[in-house]
Amino acid sequence: MNTSNVVDWPAEIHSVLTRLEISLVAYVPDAGHRRLIELCIASEGMRTVPLTSEEEGIGLLAGAWLGHRRGILLMQSSGVGNCVNAIASITQACAFPLLMLVAMRGEEGEKNPWQIPMGRTTAPVFRALGVSVARADDAGSVGLTVDAMARRAFDGNAAVGVLLTQRLIGIKSFGK
Amino acid sequence: MFSLPDRRMVIAELLRDRGDLLVVSGLGGTTWDLASIGDHDLNFYLWGGMGNAVPMALGLALAQPNRRVLVVTGDGEMLMGLGAFATVAVQNPTNLAIAVIDNERYGETGNQLSHSALGSDLTVIARGAGIKNCSTLTELSAVGSFRDALHTTIGPILGVIKVAAGSAGMVLPPRDGVSVKHRFRHALFCTKGRISN
Repeated sequence: MNTSNVVDWPAEIHSVLTRLEISLVAYVPDAGHRRLIELCIASEGMRTVPLTSEEEGIGLLAGAWLGHRRGILLMQSSGVGNCVNAIASITQACAFPLLMLVAMRGEEGEKNPWQIPMGRTTAPVFRALGVSVARADDAGSVGLTVDAMARRAFDGNAAVGVLLTQRLIGIKSFGK
Repeated sequence: MFSLPDRRMVIAELLRDRGDLLVVSGLGGTTWDLASIGDHDLNFYLWGGMGNAVPMALGLALAQPNRRVLVVTGDGEMLMGLGAFATVAVQNPTNLAIAVIDNERYGETGNQLSHSALGSDLTVIARGAGIKNCSTLTELSAVGSFRDALHTTIGPILGVIKVAAGSAGMVLPPRDGVSVKHRFRHALFCTKGRISN
């Protein structure tokens, strides 16, 4: 049995965000982020910002940092591809902190072959951009991982990505 | 013959008596425009990241709801990030103004015609995306009214300001993004809304 059924890991991430005063939550919906998004929408102190494309989140969070507010970008692995130039030309050019939480597709057990190329490209693209990458596949420690990476981002003006693996979030079934 | 205003006169009018206004400019012509009226600690100039000027200003507006935020960008830069109109509309920030300096050209790359010269209407697109207060401005006097509105009207407001084609020349602001970022944050922290001019 997957431990993600036992530990409410989205709630753990949510409490990390609350504790670290990360109050602007930009997202393009993904099934893997569903519960976290719901928790954030229900939080009085958080402002949720649905985006039409993940790239908007890079500028949005940079602007928020200029205004002394911390934010996070939630997206699927495909969305990382949409952010490449913005991360290079804004985040890295100006050393903005950037915290990204990526729900992975295209890994072991993926049932949609179209997801596989971007899934295997996500971490290498991040590394090529100078984004620190951590993989989280254990429900019991994902909160600690997000906490550590968030501190690295905001204390060190760093760009970081936490990859929530399909082992953690489960495999999309496509009705089968 | 009717002639459109000069973009440098437009930017000077937009920033007249700016007070504690926070300003973001899109890469290329509008960053040179903003620099042309003098550097300011509460300016953030984009030198890259095409399509992200409005999202950046939106993030700033959401972080500083008690301050007025103006983003000045070009038609080409705006065309690369049209989804931002919808994102702004959903957030409905009362303190955000968007000024698109529309010369219908990609001025940095050889004055190739942009989509706004070829039938795309940014004002209509923005309105369709859900931003209610949108207008196309073709005269300097209308820019003056827009300038007043961005300090007083409940936003978001958008003005697509048609300007004369042709290069206005480069006026380069500081290009070290790290330093400009720190300067902006420091100035904001120090003033907390009390700055005047």
